[in-house]
Amino acid sequence: MAVQDLIRRRFFPHIWCPGCGHGIVLNGLLHVVDSEGYDPLNLCMVSGIGCSSRISGYVNFHTMHTMHGRALACATGIKMVRPSLKVIVPMGDGDALAIGGNHFIHACRRNIELTALVLNNRIYGMTGGQYSPLSGAGTLATTAPYGNIDNEFDTVKLAVGAGASFVARTTAFHVTELRDILKKALAHKGFAVVEVLVGCPTYFGRKNKVGDQVALMEYYRDNTAPLGSPKLRERPELIPRGIFVQEARAEYCAEYARIVRAAESPHPADGAA
Amino acid sequence: MNCDGGNTCFVQGNEACVRGALYAGLKFFAGYPITPSTEIAEHLAQELPRIGGAFIQMEDEIASMCAVCGASLAGAKAMTATSGPGFSLKQEALGYAVMAEIPCVVVNVQRAGPSTGLPTKVAQGDVNQARWGTHGDHAVVAMTASSVQDVFTVTVEAFNFAEIYRTPVILLFDEVVGHMREKLVIPEDGELPVVERLKTSVKVGVDYHPYLPREDGRLPMSDYGGEHRFHVTGLFHNIWGFPTENPTEAHDLLYHLADKIENRVHLLARWKEYHLEDAESILVSYGASARSSLQYVEDRRARGHKIGLLELQTLWPFPRQLVREKTARASNIFVVEMNMGQVLAQVKAAAVNPDNVFLINRIDGLLVAPADIEGIMRVVEGRGI
Repeated sequence: MAVQDLIRRRFFPHIWCPGCGHGIVLNGLLHVVDSEGYDPLNLCMVSGIGCSSRISGYVNFHTMHTMHGRALACATGIKMVRPSLKVIVPMGDGDALAIGGNHFIHACRRNIELTALVLNNRIYGMTGGQYSPLSGAGTLATTAPYGNIDNEFDTVKLAVGAGASFVARTTAFHVTELRDILKKALAHKGFAVVEVLVGCPTYFGRKNKVGDQVALMEYYRDNTAPLGSPKLRERPELIPRGIFVQEARAEYCAEYARIVRAAESPHPADGAA
Repeated sequence: MNCDGGNTCFVQGNEACVRGALYAGLKFFAGYPITPSTEIAEHLAQELPRIGGAFIQMEDEIASMCAVCGASLAGAKAMTATSGPGFSLKQEALGYAVMAEIPCVVVNVQRAGPSTGLPTKVAQGDVNQARWGTHGDHAVVAMTASSVQDVFTVTVEAFNFAEIYRTPVILLFDEVVGHMREKLVIPEDGELPVVERLKTSVKVGVDYHPYLPREDGRLPMSDYGGEHRFHVTGLFHNIWGFPTENPTEAHDLLYHLADKIENRVHLLARWKEYHLEDAESILVSYGASARSSLQYVEDRRARGHKIGLLELQTLWPFPRQLVREKTARASNIFVVEMNMGQVLAQVKAAAVNPDNVFLINRIDGLLVAPADIEGIMRVVEGRGI
């Protein structure tokens, strides 16, 4: 199947600004779906609200564009009813970790098989450039005209601490690595979190005088380093990239199937053993 | 459940709701603990896995309503249950279900509010919230019941209406009905109609439009994971389910959402009536208040007084024409409810003579009693204290 068949050309052009990093993630995802031979009839995408969440409209999967922050909760309902569906949940940084933060940590804890993509551009883009919980102290935003005093979450540490069984970080600059990580995340039998650092030249770049998308790309090239790399050892202040956690743990729907077998058994106590 | 081994049980209203939901084909429940609705979640945690259905206790009320939306789109009849503060939190996803036309059932076993209120005490203060709790113009279906048996029946009907009209249906029970125990006779399979989801007949490979109504106004569905892939959004959308800002499409969608319910008041209305034929005074009531009202009416009928009761089971869309016709010949109308007059306002708007519509209520967490009704009616009827 050609990659073009995985998108809804009828609904293009997309809404993203020139230079936005979200399209790179979409591109990487579609190539992985194609190269790994996923049947789009078995793919579901559930998103929240924000620039990145519009991805769900463009892919020719079963798609649900939900409410701000609520994508993981909606996806949980779908997955419980149709455990065989591969459910991908792209979210923005504010969507996933501000308004959706509670759903995020509980989905991690539950270890339900969903692929959560946190497209972190460090800003609320759709509403015009307000600071998010991933902007970080010292950044500028329309709601932080004197400089942001809010500390940021470390998405990876948060996901690991909350119990996700697959946690990775990459950037829109590292497209080969992005595809490799997405491939592993989609294959993971459990809750997978992939943080992708993406540039928002329109709001974050302009407000913080970082420059255009090329400059943002160079920033992520120069300020990140692979886990275990000599570069990261020499410069530990860099943002680490790679797979932080990849563990086989009891998956929620599989556990629930066990409950169903036990409850259906004429001797529930035996079945639960 | 406390049954005789057959179909006759002695159960709470909340359990009857569970039985009704299962009878109607419930396959998914997501909830969060809250008094006085928790028994619904507890019983479904027990029962759903037994029939291969799914139960999940989510991290909050918001998430449970969202999970219900997802589950329904994946093909399962889905429900959540809550009470006042939780009902407030569900309004966001309830609006999404209205906009995206997702069949589902939301139970609100009412307690006294606002805010945390009186968690274990009865009230009926969420009638208007059921109608207007979520933002934007919209229509909604809300039903209630006054006995354990009726809880079962209206729960089945709520699922049927949800499927027929692709809409969330709210069950507005109250603490007294939810917790009181009575006899429940569970109907045989087929005894009550159960409406299954209308599936699209569009063939594989042919474009399926999730929001293209048939001639009768119904929208056939496909499930996530089924043969057709489609988009669902809370934005104004076209027949593809894709976002639109086209004014005509926006206008038509809003009218579609309102008309599919408001134009079918006569099909959605459920009520019971007692001694209305020659009644000079008519009580209009619902839920637990209707039990006290009925007792009062029977007591006075036994003394030869011309008094009757109209018990409403469908509160929204409000059956204005029905109430007008049923009360047209009465001298006085008394609305008995446990709030500050939420249904009263509707009855006044419906009545031939609004000045003769009076409120009999309690708002202190106690069940309105026949004596409360007597106290007000004596004054209005000029019988003194």
